Amino acid sequence: MYKYDNYDQAIVDARVAEFRDQVNRRMAGEITEDQFKPLRLMNGLYLQLHAYMLRVAIPYGTLDSRQMRMLAHIARKYDRDYGHFTTRQNIQYNWIKLEECADLLEELASVEMHAIQTSGNCIRNISSDQYAGAAADEVADPRPWAELLRQWSTFHPEFSYLPRKFKIAVIASPEDRAAMRLHDIGLELVKQDGELGARVFVGGGMGRTPMIAPEINPFVKADDLLSYIEACLRVYNRYGRRDNIYKARIKILVHEIGADEYRRQVAEEFAHVKTLGIDPPLAELERISAFFAAPAFDAADVEPDRSDPDFAVWLDQNVKPHKQAGYAIVNISLKPIGGIPGDASSAQIDVMADLAEKYSFDELRVTHAQNIVLPHVAKRDLYTVWQALREADLANANLDLISDIIACPGLDYCSLANARSIPIAQKIATRFADAERQRDVGELKLKISGCINACGHHHAGHIGILGVDKKGVENYQLTLGGSGAEDVSIGKITGPGFDEDGIVDAVEKAVEKYRELREGDERFVDTYRRVGMDPFKEAIYG
Amino acid sequence: MKLLTGNELGSGAVTWWTGSGWSIHVEDAVDVGEGGESILHAEEGARRVNAPYIIDAIPTPEGPRPAHIKDRVRALGPTVRPDLTLKPADPAAGDWII
Repeated sequence: MYKYDNYDQAIVDARVAEFRDQVNRRMAGEITEDQFKPLRLMNGLYLQLHAYMLRVAIPYGTLDSRQMRMLAHIARKYDRDYGHFTTRQNIQYNWIKLEECADLLEELASVEMHAIQTSGNCIRNISSDQYAGAAADEVADPRPWAELLRQWSTFHPEFSYLPRKFKIAVIASPEDRAAMRLHDIGLELVKQDGELGARVFVGGGMGRTPMIAPEINPFVKADDLLSYIEACLRVYNRYGRRDNIYKARIKILVHEIGADEYRRQVAEEFAHVKTLGIDPPLAELERISAFFAAPAFDAADVEPDRSDPDFAVWLDQNVKPHKQAGYAIVNISLKPIGGIPGDASSAQIDVMADLAEKYSFDELRVTHAQNIVLPHVAKRDLYTVWQALREADLANANLDLISDIIACPGLDYCSLANARSIPIAQKIATRFADAERQRDVGELKLKISGCINACGHHHAGHIGILGVDKKGVENYQLTLGGSGAEDVSIGKITGPGFDEDGIVDAVEKAVEKYRELREGDERFVDTYRRVGMDPFKEAIYG
Repeated sequence: MKLLTGNELGSGAVTWWTGSGWSIHVEDAVDVGEGGESILHAEEGARRVNAPYIIDAIPTPEGPRPAHIKDRVRALGPTVRPDLTLKPADPAAGDWII
C-alpha cells in the first residue's frame, strides 16, 4: 500500500489546520454560511437532512487495518457507532458535529486519511478494481496508476474549479468491476506488443443524462498517460458548460461536439502539454509502484474442507479465484437480509480490520457495490475467516445476487433525495430472503437511487429503481437491462411507476418472468436482451 | 400554517422556531404566518440557526405536521433506524412520516 511521504503528510496536516481556523471563524460569526459552505464542502462536509455528513476519501478503495480501525473509532467517537460505505468506494458519517470536525480530521490525518476533494467541482476520489493486485485477469496492477492520478489531481490548481465534479476510474482487466465506462474518464490498462498503455474513454456518467463513455483513444502509452489526461481535462475546463449545471458534466460536452471533434481537440492540446514535461520521471513511477509490490505469498495450495454446508455456500458465492495459487479473494457482503446496504457498525468495522491484519496481509478494499474485500486470504484460512465473519453477522452469502443491492442513502438521510431508497432495498431483500431462490435466480444486479442524481447507479442495474416525488408522494420507476460491467448498458424504463409495495411486486414479477423465459445459463440481463422489454412489461402491468 | 426550520450551527441538529427560541421537537413549532422571513434573517444573523427556511405544515391535535415528507423525515429521523429518531421507544412513530 502507498505510504505518505513528508510532503503528503504536510499538506494534509496543513489542510486540517486551515479548516480548524475556518470552522472557528464560522462559529465566531466572522464568515457567513454562504462564505463557509464552499470551504466545508472542499473538506467533504455536507449539511444533510439530520446533521452534517462527512465523506471520507478512501483512495481507490484501499485501506490497511490501522486505517479501518480509525474508521471504527470515528464512528464511535464522533458519530452514532456506524458508517456507510458508498458507491465511490468511500465512507460517509451521517451525524457529525461541525464543532468536532477539525478534531476528527486531525485523527484521520494521523493514519494518512482525509476528506479532501470528496465534494465540489474538482477531481474526486479515483476509483478502481477492488480485486487489483489479486485478480488473475489483470494485465498490470492498476493501483500505482490510480495513486499517480491521486497525487496529480490533489490540489491541482487548474482543476480545482471545473465546470462540474469529475470522476475517474482505472481498471486493468477485461472484466470491468468498477463501472469504468460510466465515469467522466475511464481508463483500461492494456498491453500492445508488450508495451503498457491505456484505452481512454471519456464522457460517461449516470445522473439525469446517463451516457456510456465513447473510446477517445485506443492506446495511450503509459509514459504519456498523465499528459493525455491533462489534455482531456483542459479541453473540458475550457469548453464545459458553466452556464447550466445540468449540462456542465463532460459527457454533455463530448456528446454535443461529438467524440471525433473532442478527440481532435484533445490531440491538439496533448501535443502542447507534451512540451511542458509534466509526465513523472520513471524514478517516481518506480517509487510509487514499489508500494504495491505483491505480498510474500507462501501458503500451500490446499482446497478448503467443504463439509460445513453453510460454509460451502459462502465459498461458492463470495470467494473468488486469486492469481496466486493457495490464495483467494474474500468478499464481505454488507447486505444482510433486511439490513441497510453499505452500513457497518464500529464493531463490524473492527472485526474486518482484525481479519485483514491477521489473514489478508493487512489489506482491505471497499467496492463500488458497497461491500468489503479481503484481497489475499490463504485458502487454508478461509474457514476460520468465515467463522469470524459469521460471528459478526458479516457472512451473508449473497454476492451479486438479488439481495446484494446497491442503494443510495435516499430520503432517509439525503437532502437531495425525492424518495427513500433503503426501505425498498430492505423489502426486496426480504421478499427474496429464501437463499435457494436467490441462488436459482443467479446474478442479478439490483440498484436503487432516491433521485435523478443516480448515486445508487440505477441506470446500470440489471434491474434499476428510481425514486421520484409525485405530488409529494414517493413513487418508484422501474428500469430493466442496465449494466455497469464490461457489457455496459443503460436500463430502459418499463412504464408507469409504483408505490412502495407496488415496486416490490413489480420486481418479483420481472424476476419470475425471467425464470420462466431463461435458456441455459442466461442471467436475468441476458434473457432481457434476448427477448426484449415486452414480455416483462406484460408480466409487470398485465 | 407555516413553520420556520433550520439546523443548529454547531451540532447540525434540526431545529424549529417556537416563537421565542428553537426546539428540536416539531411539536413545539409555531405558525410564523407571513412574518417568517424577518425572523429567519434575524436568527440566522445571530447564528442561532443555520440554513433556515420556511415550510408549509398542517395543524393537528398532536402539533404541526410538515406538509412534505422530506420535512417529516427531518422532524423525526431516519425511518430505517427507529433507534436514532427522536422517539426511539415508539416503534410506530415512523407511521407519522408516511
